[in-house]
Amino acid sequence: MLKSLAAAVSGLALLTGAAIADPVKVGMITTLSGGGAGLGIDVRDGFMLAVKQAGNEDLEVVIEDDQRKPDVAVQLADEMIQSEKVDVLTGIIWSNLAMAVVPAATAQGKFYLSPNAGPSQLAGKGCHPNYFNVAWQNDNLHEAAGAYAKETGYNNSFILAPNYPAGKDALTGYKRFYDGEPAGEIYTKLGQTDYAAELAQIRASDADSIFFFLPGGMGISFLKQLADSGIDLPVVGPAFSFDQGILQAVGDAALGVKNTSQWNKDIDNPANKAFVESFKAEYGRLPSLYASQGFDTANLLLSAMSKADVKDADAFRAALKEADFNSTRGNFAFGNNHHPVQDIFVREVIKEDDVYTNKIIATAMSDHADAYAAECNM
Amino acid sequence: MSLVLIAEQVLNGLQFGVMLFLMAAGLSLIFGVMGLINLAHGSLYMIGAFCAAAVAGATGSFVLALMAALAGAAVAGALVEVLVIRRLYNKDHLDQVLATFALILIFSEGTRWLFGSFPLYLNVPDILSGPVTLPGGIQYPLYRLVLIGAGLAVAGGLFWLISKTRIGIQIRAGENDREMIAALGVDIGRLYTLVFALGAALAGLAGALVGAIQSVQVGMGEPVLILAFVVIVIGGIGSIKGAFLGALLVGLTNTLGGIFLPEALKLMIEPAAATSIGASLASMAIYILMAVVLVLKPTGLFGARA
Amino acid sequence: MMQERTLNALVLAGLIAIPLFAYVTDEPFTITLATRTVILAMAAVGLNIALGLGGLVSLGHAVFFGLGGYAMGLLAYHAQTYTPLMEVPFLIEGTKSMPVIWLVAVIVSAFAALIIGYLSLRTSGGYFIMITLAFGQMFFFFAISWSAYGGEDGLSIYVRNGFPGLNTLDPIQFYAICLTLLAIVLWFASRLACSPFGLALNAARQSPDRVRAMGLDPFRLRLVAFVVSGAITGLAGALFADLNRFVSPAMFSWQMSGEIMILIILGGTGRLYGPVLGAIVFVTLEHTLGDISDYWLIFLGLLLLAVVLFAKGGLIGALSSRRTAHG
Repeated sequence: MLKSLAAAVSGLALLTGAAIADPVKVGMITTLSGGGAGLGIDVRDGFMLAVKQAGNEDLEVVIEDDQRKPDVAVQLADEMIQSEKVDVLTGIIWSNLAMAVVPAATAQGKFYLSPNAGPSQLAGKGCHPNYFNVAWQNDNLHEAAGAYAKETGYNNSFILAPNYPAGKDALTGYKRFYDGEPAGEIYTKLGQTDYAAELAQIRASDADSIFFFLPGGMGISFLKQLADSGIDLPVVGPAFSFDQGILQAVGDAALGVKNTSQWNKDIDNPANKAFVESFKAEYGRLPSLYASQGFDTANLLLSAMSKADVKDADAFRAALKEADFNSTRGNFAFGNNHHPVQDIFVREVIKEDDVYTNKIIATAMSDHADAYAAECNM
Repeated sequence: MSLVLIAEQVLNGLQFGVMLFLMAAGLSLIFGVMGLINLAHGSLYMIGAFCAAAVAGATGSFVLALMAALAGAAVAGALVEVLVIRRLYNKDHLDQVLATFALILIFSEGTRWLFGSFPLYLNVPDILSGPVTLPGGIQYPLYRLVLIGAGLAVAGGLFWLISKTRIGIQIRAGENDREMIAALGVDIGRLYTLVFALGAALAGLAGALVGAIQSVQVGMGEPVLILAFVVIVIGGIGSIKGAFLGALLVGLTNTLGGIFLPEALKLMIEPAAATSIGASLASMAIYILMAVVLVLKPTGLFGARA
Repeated sequence: MMQERTLNALVLAGLIAIPLFAYVTDEPFTITLATRTVILAMAAVGLNIALGLGGLVSLGHAVFFGLGGYAMGLLAYHAQTYTPLMEVPFLIEGTKSMPVIWLVAVIVSAFAALIIGYLSLRTSGGYFIMITLAFGQMFFFFAISWSAYGGEDGLSIYVRNGFPGLNTLDPIQFYAICLTLLAIVLWFASRLACSPFGLALNAARQSPDRVRAMGLDPFRLRLVAFVVSGAITGLAGALFADLNRFVSPAMFSWQMSGEIMILIILGGTGRLYGPVLGAIVFVTLEHTLGDISDYWLIFLGLLLLAVVLFAKGGLIGALSSRRTAHG
């Protein structure tokens, strides 16, 4: 699928000074059909909103659907590099797809800006000068959840995640900053929808809190069944299961749950306020975490375009590294491995005018980098 | 590991098995009577859940939602039978597999087109929510008990329907000899549509009942469909009794395997590896069970013919 | 209307001409697409031996496709990390050589097909479909939870494996390798169909009793066909992994099995070139339908339905003069 969207012409292009540089062609590979389409659509919409607002006619975006299949993503990347001759790739949602595409793309001299996935391999030994992560390293939000648990005084958490690499990273990340032994540690089946057995184990344990990482439908099922089980323990988790898109499907079961995120719609800065308002006006729904990441990714790219020519890879890389754009999350900088150094907040799920959403209640970690940066020789 | 925990896990396995039965029974009937492999049975499960979520959202009534699920899935089933499936009875299994595979694509993407890409909200009704205390001090969610009860009731009803009613006699006759019941003046076209709609309604009911404690989303039917196939292989095609026992076996193996395999391995190897390997083995447990049954009884526990 | 033989020749000529087309139009990606087509066609030719010739509707051929893929993935991964694949009871090193990888892929998938076939061929018809599907799921879940080799993330191989005397990184040369292998596999399949074994298998599909009366064991015939079929699909899996320089459990998914089967039906069951034509149509559709709508899978579904219900004999049946596949 090919949808070329040349940005609208506007006087802004002259003001940014980008008109003198070569045009930049961006290839976005993201998930637009099938089960995980909600995330990809949000990233795309956030990205395209920033592109539209900038009105930079030197920026062209090509969008394709990877169907959440690694082999399709690899083929699309080949196509974008060989036929479309893009300068920059972006858009991938899932770590396994990113692992299939990113190393080959950066090895061919393309820039890759990650709006969502941040596998540890690409943050440590496998880091690359042309790879920039604008979201988080995969462990970050789990680490923040661990730090928050420690600060709150939980020291006997029951922790669970699906039995796949990102799930193992999640539990490792949580334990990295949490104090104490877990009351129980379970790897569930990927895609599992019934958690009765796990809930029975939680009930039988003497846990003082629950930490879980169960993205998508798995988290919805878990929370509903937890609420129904009568287990009354505080729950912490990363933002993925409490995002704007799926909260409405969880309903009351999510109320009061603490979750960690680098973004929320109530972060008080002008860029974020403008983003939330314009996203609502453009698409008629509240923006999600993923939309904010897409929006920031596009703005990072635009900021680099105004400083350097994409054909001059070294200058363009330096311009990206500066991260000189107004992030929706406020402070944002890149560490040595081109992963974010940023604040991570604790949010609480609330109900606001009949809509379930989050509000920030604390800062879990300030200027937090990731655990793999030291392994990166950059 | 305490006895209370084990008892609770057995209940969980039962509940899972009973819901699997609703799926497997329809599949098995359709296969037994019409000789049709219906891969799109999981889509009917999904349709039931989406109908329930939409009606519950609009009216707030769980009873109405369940009725909508039954009706929606039955109508969808009947429509599909008349428009597509009917043309497949005389074709070989290959064409059936392909056509119903195509139906999955159409249903899944069609649902996404109608309802969007995000999961829908459907919850347990207030009076059924929360846990109850069972004898022995087991705290158990009331809704899951209701699921077990509902599943057993439907199973009972189905046995009665098949063994005691006129339509049941026709169904059983259809399983044995298709030409004969046509010769006896039974409108076979109508019978087939009816059986298909019945199977669809059972799947839709399961989707709605389970959807209340899980996530109502596109693609929710296929994992259940494959488990239902395993149930039928174990129980024997066309046998409602086999489907029932097969479903309970698969439900219990799946639930108990996930708990006890890692625990058992922990006695032998270090805990972290035990959890990981145990989880891997547990996810394969039901397929291993299937292979064992196949070796011992190729036609399944209650299957008369292969 | 034309002779099926003419149509086959046209298809093969078209595939050979693709690099030229890509060169003239300056669309190098066409070659990548064509390589994908050829590899998928090979997987389907493999399945077609079980399905078209033996009448075995296997909905689990993704097992062999995936095993071939992982054979490549594991060997290349150990070669690129300079770690031995295993040391006990004897040392096995990884390798980056395509011929060795192909051999391993073929042996491993043939062995798996022997075991799966031995168990599932005890049944037939609908049972067989469900059992092969379930075995596929078993491999899928195992691959997902096998974290030593990336689990769900899969394994990335940074450089394509080598073939003596050729530069496999050049899309045209890799395409040539795949096309040559497809031609060999097609030749083999056509010889197999005319061989005494093929004739007996065909007879076993139509009337097992008659074959039994002749003193042949239909079970054995089918098992051999299933093993040969799995081995060819496994070879295609190894090539597919090399095309993507990546393997993941998605290769084991039951949708993958379904896709391989779709190729055969689109082209025409039991016809030598059916899978090839089917793969061409499928990849083209996949590539172009997406332009029309985000919901392109609906159209694919409708098209499949139409083929099953109205185009007996698939595309070859519609295009050529020989309407039935099995004379």
